[in-house]
Amino acid sequence: MVPVFFSYFSLVSILAGVLTVALPNPVHCGLALLTLLLHVAGLFLLLNAEFLFVIQIIVYAGAIVVLYLFVLMLLNLKTDERVLHHRYAVILVAAAAICGGLLLMALRSPFQGAKGHAPVEAVLQDGGSYAIGITIFNEYLLQFEIVGVFLLGAIIGAIVLAKTPTAVDVEPE
Amino acid sequence: MANEAVPLNYIPILLFMAIVVAFAVISLLIGSIARPSHPYPAKLTPYESGSPLFSDARVPFPMRYYIIAMLFVIFDIEFVFLFPWAVGFKQLGLLGLLEMGLFIGILLVGYWYAWKKGALEWE
Repeated sequence: MVPVFFSYFSLVSILAGVLTVALPNPVHCGLALLTLLLHVAGLFLLLNAEFLFVIQIIVYAGAIVVLYLFVLMLLNLKTDERVLHHRYAVILVAAAAICGGLLLMALRSPFQGAKGHAPVEAVLQDGGSYAIGITIFNEYLLQFEIVGVFLLGAIIGAIVLAKTPTAVDVEPE
Repeated sequence: MANEAVPLNYIPILLFMAIVVAFAVISLLIGSIARPSHPYPAKLTPYESGSPLFSDARVPFPMRYYIIAMLFVIFDIEFVFLFPWAVGFKQLGLLGLLEMGLFIGILLVGYWYAWKKGALEWE
């Protein structure tokens, strides 16, 4: 059962990833991106990472795709505007080289990756979000608060960049 | 392999999704078989409430939508951290409360800034 689902999710992910950069209509690219993100969420589910699965759907498939669509609408792209596609062959070769290199590195890597100290059974017993919560708020406290500062920076950056100057001066000096 | 313990709880959800897809496909299929097809140009034009089109739909959106979407993403991520915190709240105790208070405090500064700058105003 698992290999079937894994093949489905990974194949559709790769296909949707290619379509995301290859389709001529930008809105179709957004839909392909949505498909990609949902199938990556499926891969997370197969790895028993339920929390990541839900977050992938809520944050990426929900919020990030909406943001991308808004940007597409802001930019007002026409259907057949292929900005990057002039050097199509060069980009294709470069992308193939990078993908091949990464695959080679992954397959021949001497590193096994860090072994988690929480076995699947233990995580499944308490629930993934419980395990993540305990870990974040005990071991990775500083990183967590730094994320807060990053988000603050993102809020301020978005407002400074996107707010029109005329509307900012609402308050008189 | 350790991931043999794939959550079997998700089988009903899978079934549900299969039913949803099947419902959509089957009803469209039945519709396309049953309805008569007599298209002519006026019938195929897009319309809104019966009035003819007066401009192209592809106009640039105002920047405000982008700000709203950006703020939505940021507070969405705040929720992402709130959820595991709430699940482990009993275990984390007072220290956890203070940690989350600091986090929300930092983001409240951003919210206050957005409010003061008028990013939440629609006019």
